[in-house]
Amino acid sequence: MGAVVDSGSERAVPLNVPAKREIVARSSRGDRIFRGIVSAGALSSLVLLGLIAVFLIVRSGEIFGRFGLDFIFSSDWTAGAEADGSDSTFGVWAMLIGTIIVSLIAVIVALPLAVGAALFIEFYLPERLRSAVRMLVDISAAVPSVVYGLWAVSIFSGAASSWGELLHKFAGWFPLFGVENEQYDRSPFVAGLVLAIMITPIITSVSREVFSRTPPDLVNASYALGGSRWGAIRNVVLPYGSSGVVGGTMLGLGRALGETVAVYLVLNLVFKPNFRILESQGGNVASLIATKFGEASQYEIKALLAAGFVLFVLTMVVNMAATYIVQKKSPLES
Amino acid sequence: MSDTALAPTPAPIRPWKVTPRMVAPQLGLAFGGAVAAMAVVLATGLAGFDGWLVVFVPISIIGTLLLSRSKGAVASVDAIVGNGIVTVAGISFYPIVSLLWTVISQGLDALLNWNFVSSDMRISGPDDELNMGGALHALVGTLMMVSIAAVITLPLGVLTAVYVTEVRGKLRTLVRFIIQSMSGVPSIVAGLFIYSTVVMGMNKFSGLAGGLALAILMLPTVARTAEEVLKLVPDDLRSASYALGAPQWRTTLFVVLPTVRSGIVTSGILGVARIAGETAPLLLTASYFTATTFSPTEGPVASLPMFTFGLLQSGTEYSFARAWACSLLLLLAVFVLFTIARALSGRDKR
Amino acid sequence: MTDVKGHEVTKMVETQEAVAVSSRQKAGLEARGIHAWFDKHHALEDVNLFFPENTVTGLIGPSGCGKSTFLRILNRMHEFIPKAAMAGEVLLHDGDIYDPSVNPAEIRLKIGMVFQKPNPFPAMTIAENVVAGVKLAKLKVASRDEVIEECLTRAGLWKEVKDRLGAKGGSLSGGQQQRLCIARALAVNPEVLLMDEPCSALDPGSTLRIEETIGELSKTMTIIIVTHNMQQAARVSDYCAFFLADGGPGHLVESGLTSQMFTTPTDKRTEDYVQGRFG
Repeated sequence: MGAVVDSGSERAVPLNVPAKREIVARSSRGDRIFRGIVSAGALSSLVLLGLIAVFLIVRSGEIFGRFGLDFIFSSDWTAGAEADGSDSTFGVWAMLIGTIIVSLIAVIVALPLAVGAALFIEFYLPERLRSAVRMLVDISAAVPSVVYGLWAVSIFSGAASSWGELLHKFAGWFPLFGVENEQYDRSPFVAGLVLAIMITPIITSVSREVFSRTPPDLVNASYALGGSRWGAIRNVVLPYGSSGVVGGTMLGLGRALGETVAVYLVLNLVFKPNFRILESQGGNVASLIATKFGEASQYEIKALLAAGFVLFVLTMVVNMAATYIVQKKSPLES
Repeated sequence: MSDTALAPTPAPIRPWKVTPRMVAPQLGLAFGGAVAAMAVVLATGLAGFDGWLVVFVPISIIGTLLLSRSKGAVASVDAIVGNGIVTVAGISFYPIVSLLWTVISQGLDALLNWNFVSSDMRISGPDDELNMGGALHALVGTLMMVSIAAVITLPLGVLTAVYVTEVRGKLRTLVRFIIQSMSGVPSIVAGLFIYSTVVMGMNKFSGLAGGLALAILMLPTVARTAEEVLKLVPDDLRSASYALGAPQWRTTLFVVLPTVRSGIVTSGILGVARIAGETAPLLLTASYFTATTFSPTEGPVASLPMFTFGLLQSGTEYSFARAWACSLLLLLAVFVLFTIARALSGRDKR
Repeated sequence: MTDVKGHEVTKMVETQEAVAVSSRQKAGLEARGIHAWFDKHHALEDVNLFFPENTVTGLIGPSGCGKSTFLRILNRMHEFIPKAAMAGEVLLHDGDIYDPSVNPAEIRLKIGMVFQKPNPFPAMTIAENVVAGVKLAKLKVASRDEVIEECLTRAGLWKEVKDRLGAKGGSLSGGQQQRLCIARALAVNPEVLLMDEPCSALDPGSTLRIEETIGELSKTMTIIIVTHNMQQAARVSDYCAFFLADGGPGHLVESGLTSQMFTTPTDKRTEDYVQGRFG
């Protein structure tokens, strides 16, 4: 190729550089069929998620049409006797607020427990016990919620309500911890703690995983500078693993928002927004559906489907945010 | 090795090993603190374990401070934080240990009767003693619905994973995002969806509806695990196959997938473990029936979680005993599935 | 005979003579009868080395001969590898660093280390990276900024980064990152600096800069450097120690003045290795 040497100040424009060739790979018929089948299978999940949204909204359209935003922002849930629902009023506000309160309590309690447990497993536990404890955490993340519910009802909720009472006794001046009726069982606090116990292993498991992937180079550098174990954790492990912890927490939050059976068993549903978390009244969308479903009229079922749609949107938003955060803030790589 | 005769090789030592002598003060502190806290609890009438904990934690922090005082600020902070982490971990493991202990100790009562796994509740009620009736109908129902879910989900999950890792289709980012989001669909919403389609369409509860609801929950687990597994296949393997002139479908079917066979099985097992204990979706789709049924299309079907849930609400002494036994069965199933998955997961690595 | 730095030249040899040497020359660090194991595998056998103060010693030998393991034993990094074990003593100021009463974190403050791959803390800025060790060990410093400038200058990086101390450590080039790691190690004022193939991931230009830095630093501290590069060993080190595994555990074949090792080695294997016949 004859390059033109230009001694001038302008950058030389090389001649005779051919245009890039487009590489065309014609796939065989077998491959095209194969890709077709695989794509169809993969896209089924997309279609499915779309169908869930569409069906819930179509079947409950009548409710949204009639109540509009009142369905979300009012708290009255009265199912009348009329088949056309003319004497019924439905609103999920109290349930929605209750769901968020209970889930927040769960996350606030579970996060420190989970991070502590994850650090303990990866950095304090002797090597030979590690895999057994990891398995214990994985199993507790997979324990069915009805089993947690059973355990909570028979063993845990008594202790939890007595903690609620203590909390009121010593911190009752704080608005959240005030009570009107001296009844502490089946409160948002109790339900929140039960949920916290259920999501702690989920957060622990995800956090532990990212902590264990901290580059050993960085941990070594920290030790070689005379740092202590805590020094290495604070300077290297936590900054490196923070996105994983956030992701795990959001996953746990999503689980808490949608949990049905365990909450149903330990929470007293009252159709009035309640911010006094120690008191025996709360709300929860998923439990509402489970509670009302058995004896619901055709019309009320539509309202329950609408409530389900609201819950679906809420959890989708949280999950998509979680996915986004984790992908955006993935561990820094050097 | 020098030419001169060397002294015999010394024994390996680990001077950094923590010796009993070094932990003795810590252990002494933990034990002394525990006893002291116990004494305070007994003397003042604070409530049980939680009261004990409230007393124990400050004792342990102050004690640790005193013990590490001589080693400087960095070591003190390290010791106290270490203490805190161990305490927090202990608190976080306490519930699961309590749960496992209760389920095992309470569940054996009913489970040790042979009839618990060999008969159903068709002619037995909540007040019948434990030597009558059992969970056969629930076992059969759970097996049926989990099988339906697995049969639907495994191919779809693997296809999704192949799409993302092998075909690398244009929509793979979206597909991954959707799968990720689907893992967050609340189980009761999956139930509502199947209720509003299948149950309303067939005008009855059924095992098929239950299986479909479970499939929605199982799909993301299978797809994501399968994807992780396929990502572990080294690219060399694919290149080798392409270099031999194999088309993509042959490469995938006969080279890539066979190398991760046990990984794919693992993804299915983890998916089953995820759904076997789900209650909420079945509440709306399969409902509950006291007799053993084998047909997935003829009306309600029992399941272990629904059986447990119902027992819990009937509230009699025997019902609770049966509920604990069902829980024990569920936990055993989870344990067995996890153990198999763990045993398999080491197999694909060479 | 004296070497370039005016030290009295003494051939570094094993045990008995090493003791004799130490009476004449001050020790920066001394290893006596070092063995290393990984589980059952005996990785290193009976290494005795004396590192005179304010000199550079190169540890050379083919891969897998145990020189990096030996280096990690010198500042108690060896123990982070599960199932690792050792035997022998490492003396700093006549005190065994493996004595049970010794706090390993303090040892690592006095005996710093630079790793094979540059590993600045990615979440910290350049300035924060330099003083990371100061913060980790809660050392008192008169002026943080002075420490940063001094250490970066000593590591030969100050001019290049003085205007962007707030940038993330990861934004530097590989060679700059490695010099940042050296600055980070210097900030805690170590007496000994261990370097584990510090240039193996770098281009020739960066390598040269780091070698210059090593020369500067050795005026005030004892440096022990593992290298695969014979020319580098010849350029930077005053003394050399040649390790070999030979199928068995790694061991010390020969050690002495670098000039001698490269011209008139006593062992045939050393000669073969330094002339590039194997390894």
